[in-house]
Amino acid sequence: MLELRHVGYETDDNKKEILHDINLTVQDRFVAITGPNGGGKSTLAKVIAGIYQPTAGQILLDGQDITHLSITERANLGISYAFQQPVRFKGLQVKDLLNLAAGKNTSVNDACSYLSEVGLCARDYIDREVNASLSGGELKRIEIAMVLARGTKLSIFDEPEAGIDLWSFQNLIRVFEKMYEQTKGNILIISHQERILNIADTIVVIKDGHVEKIGPRAEILPALLGSADATSAACSVLTDKVEGVSNK
Amino acid sequence: MIDAIEKNLLKEVAELDSLPVGAYNIRANGQLAGRSTTANIDIVTKTDKPGIDIFIKPGTKNESVHIPVIISQTGLKDLVYNDFHIGDDADVTIIAGCGIHNCGNGDDQHDGIHTFYLGKNAKLRYVEKHYGEGEGRGKRVMNPTTIVHLGEGAQMEMETTQISGIDDTLRKTSGDLAAGASLVIKEKIMTTGDQHAVTDFDVDLNGDGCSANVVSRSVAKDNSKQEFISRINGNSACAGHTECDAIIMDHGCVLASPQLTANNVDASLIHEAAIGKIAGEQLIKLMTLGLTEKEAEDQIVNGFLK
Ligand SMILES: Nc1ncnc2c1ncn2[C@@H]1O[C@H](COP(=O)(O)OP(=O)(O)OP(=O)(O)O)[C@@H](O)[C@H]1O
Ligand SMILES: [Mg+2]
Repeated sequence: MLELRHVGYETDDNKKEILHDINLTVQDRFVAITGPNGGGKSTLAKVIAGIYQPTAGQILLDGQDITHLSITERANLGISYAFQQPVRFKGLQVKDLLNLAAGKNTSVNDACSYLSEVGLCARDYIDREVNASLSGGELKRIEIAMVLARGTKLSIFDEPEAGIDLWSFQNLIRVFEKMYEQTKGNILIISHQERILNIADTIVVIKDGHVEKIGPRAEILPALLGSADATSAACSVLTDKVEGVSNK
Repeated sequence: MIDAIEKNLLKEVAELDSLPVGAYNIRANGQLAGRSTTANIDIVTKTDKPGIDIFIKPGTKNESVHIPVIISQTGLKDLVYNDFHIGDDADVTIIAGCGIHNCGNGDDQHDGIHTFYLGKNAKLRYVEKHYGEGEGRGKRVMNPTTIVHLGEGAQMEMETTQISGIDDTLRKTSGDLAAGASLVIKEKIMTTGDQHAVTDFDVDLNGDGCSANVVSRSVAKDNSKQEFISRINGNSACAGHTECDAIIMDHGCVLASPQLTANNVDASLIHEAAIGKIAGEQLIKLMTLGLTEKEAEDQIVNGFLK
């Protein structure tokens, strides 16, 4: 369980306040964060992962105060973060990153299974360099595979759907569901996509650096989509469930 | 403590330690310590100066020659001239490793002057690894000179690696290429402490359709200094490309000085250089996987030089 208490963040240089008095508890299976571009979603994820130090408030992981812990310490306590914009490395291969993520020498089998989870043919990718030669969508999938390989109690995905083709969308959702089955942890997904919001237990709307709305999906989603769309949203939740069952 | 780079290094040296198959010539502390020849590959000691001539018959395929040099005495200055005569249509690999272990206070120095003559359509892969170690105050110095003459349609790929351990290096490589020949040079170098390394490439692209590609990846740590100098002269309808990609850390310093000369309107010459510190986002990404900053740095550097 992750708890943010009155968390604020302003930049070092020009003291611009980007996050303001964020109060948030993440204890559900899936928590989705949405909201307009520039609202502060990625900044919030970075504050949680320790990439930015909050300038106000407190962050607790399972009751432990982690506000002043480093990125490494938080990672080792069980926080994983798939970046909105994955990083490229000259020379490091996909298998190197998966090994580092798993924290051990992953067997070829394990590495392959992470890759096939995210829809990449392991044989073609395991030895690829994570450099500019990978396409945006490929890179995004490898980023997700790394978080799978870590299997931690809190996983944050920053717009995982970005660049993922439509066909794979349903698979992506299944990746999250399966991940929950395995980790029983909390999964925090930043997304603009209705189909992702549809699987959330809780939806948080971040706007202008603060929590504009927070609540169960049934309460928040209809207002977000407008009442006409809400019915179809409810329907697609149903169809997702049916599909999920028939594919098991 | 063994870090990722050192682990890798051990692997490199292990290769040097085992007795190679095929033709070889081992030079230890300035003396011949072992030699083997094959039906197609002959090795002959020079009579006018220190060094050897290596003759590879035309058409020799899939054979290799190992010519390691080892120095373990302190204060030894070793100079050799090795000439490689590679016959038409041959396809071979030559592996030259030089390891210095200097425990004393005298400087150890190995200067190897290697000249390659590649016949028509000959193919050569040349691998050169430099390694230095030892606790002594004596310096470990290597000044390799490589001169390549590529005949028509000849192809040479040269890989040089020097990961730390060598205090001072001046690597000079020069070449001339006939029509259709191709030369690829891949250099990897890491300097630490107060080490100083200069690499100097000078390539004449003489024949139509010939090409040269020089790619250097380097890391300069601590107070070390590196200079990358390249001169490519396009004298024909040819293609030349040089690339210097460097990471600097601590107070490291890298100077890249490319020079391209086109003497022919159909010469196409390109140089790329990128020098900078490790990207912060790369460190951050690896730290979010649970690595410390130092471990992340090692992984990035190790991958970069892999
Ligand atoms: N280092 C910084 N200095 C100044 N402004 C910054 C800095 N980092 C982020 N911002 C600003 O903070 C705001 C929030 O950015 P953030 O990336 O968190 O938005 P987001 O909600 O993730 O947006 P998107 O949906 O486009 O990904 C933006 O206006 C951004 O320009
Ligand atoms: Mg964002």
